[in-house]
Amino acid sequence: MMTFQNRIALSSILHKEVHRFMRIWVQTLVPPAITISLYFVIFGELIGSRIGSMGGFDYMSFIVPGLIMMAVITNSYSNVASSFFSAKWQRNVEEMLVAPVPNWVIVAGYVGGGMARGILVGLIVTLISLLFVDIQIHNIWVIITTVALTSAVFALGGLINAIFAGSYDDISIIPTFILTPLTYLGGVFYSITMLPDFWQGVSQVNPIVYMVNAFRYGFLGVSDVSLTLAFAVILTFIISLFTIAMVLISKGIGLRS
Amino acid sequence: MQPALEISGLKKTYKGGFQAVKGLNLTVEQGDFFALLGPNGAGKSTTIGVITSLVNKTQGLVKVFGHDIDKELDKAKSFLGLVPQEFNFNQFEAPMKILVNQAGYYGVPRKIAVQRAEKYLKQLDLWDKCNEPSRNLSGGMKRRLMIARALMHEPKVLILDEPTAGVDIELRRHMWEYLRELNAEGITIILTTHYLEEAEMLCRNIAIIDKGEIVKNTSMKSLLATLHIETFVLDIETSSTTPVLNGFASRLIDEHKLEVDVDKAQSINSVFSQLTEQGITVNSMRNKSNRLEELFVNLTANKTISSVGAVN
Repeated sequence: MMTFQNRIALSSILHKEVHRFMRIWVQTLVPPAITISLYFVIFGELIGSRIGSMGGFDYMSFIVPGLIMMAVITNSYSNVASSFFSAKWQRNVEEMLVAPVPNWVIVAGYVGGGMARGILVGLIVTLISLLFVDIQIHNIWVIITTVALTSAVFALGGLINAIFAGSYDDISIIPTFILTPLTYLGGVFYSITMLPDFWQGVSQVNPIVYMVNAFRYGFLGVSDVSLTLAFAVILTFIISLFTIAMVLISKGIGLRS
Repeated sequence: MQPALEISGLKKTYKGGFQAVKGLNLTVEQGDFFALLGPNGAGKSTTIGVITSLVNKTQGLVKVFGHDIDKELDKAKSFLGLVPQEFNFNQFEAPMKILVNQAGYYGVPRKIAVQRAEKYLKQLDLWDKCNEPSRNLSGGMKRRLMIARALMHEPKVLILDEPTAGVDIELRRHMWEYLRELNAEGITIILTTHYLEEAEMLCRNIAIIDKGEIVKNTSMKSLLATLHIETFVLDIETSSTTPVLNGFASRLIDEHKLEVDVDKAQSINSVFSQLTEQGITVNSMRNKSNRLEELFVNLTANKTISSVGAVN
């Protein structure tokens, strides 16, 4: 229940989380800006100019939404994974555990922090992309909804990763071996309609395909998948991951002995 | 009046089968200054962990001001302030931020939290460090920061798990004074410590815990009264031979130092009068060791011996 007390607790966690990534902005905001700029230069300008059009748009315009979404995904995930794990490691998570903070407030606070970083990095990358391409907007509400929901999915994923993690290595395994391959194979750089039928089918089980395509629809008005299905997939992930995170924190997995 | 803390039949068995607490019963009255003593691994921190919900109990009942932690955990939590043994704040954050955030977790509005943080940082001599990263604070300052943090929601019970570990004597005495003031204001204080002198000086009631069980739970006064013999060290004017003290065991440590064992049924006046008759002047006198320490060693050692006997 969102009581006055819970609202203050939630804003305290959010404030702490936003302050954390803003305090270390050189580590949290600058690297994704540089990385994505390199993608723009290499894939957009240098290679992209030789590729021609994709999905009816020039290659640069086609990959911009995917690259923005890639930055949102990785930053939402890594923010919560490293912040929550660090709180576990330094044991300052106990500050929240001894206080009458409901578990859903803890989850919402950390996820909110991850979403804030993901969306802020997404904005920075969008501004950088304006140096390379004229961005068109087909439906701003689809863009806002997709980016908010997608960042929530990956912030929840980062939280679950941090709950289970026993060392710093454990919070880099999932991004390296699962998140990055899924993102690269999630239609950021190509339309999945270009793939043979078999691989198109395989791509359908990659949730990032739905997120990237819904986001691209918001900009370009084209998508490889149905928008309704995309939102259904995203919402299903949010509900499932939120439930898992709540169960884990309620049981004190990795938090209470 | 409702007890501040009520524990009955508390058991905790960790994964792997280690039983840290074995059916512990404990009551701490409101306004008490209570010591929980025990050797390392006795179950003190586990017990505190259960009270503050950082450790899941296996069995038993814990009530804080009448609120069962199984049924009204949030209510129980709001009465408790915890100063843990290890530094567990974000070392990269400044004290002011740490305190204001902590108050926020208890629903204290930011404006009030900032005022309280200023009050406690000033009281604990941390005000000039309020915006410095807390990793730059000294060990004593970090301990005081954790006390300030535990007070931010104005708890009715303050639990301190070895709060003066690694703190120098002067700071320790300041901290004792501050804890006495808090207790005088009505805050119930539960303290675990390795400095037995600390417990003797501060606490009115005491429980000694060993191997997960309470081996003694009484007032400090009656506990100390159970000591039969106390050893005094007397600084005397030069004496080349051992003074003869009828009825007392004594040892001349060097030409200026005499140790005398005094039974609690005996009067120490007799020692002085006998020494005066022998022409020996006493310049000063002190206890040889902390009395509580002797008792503590006896209690925990006896238990070890009896439990070994039981196995045999």
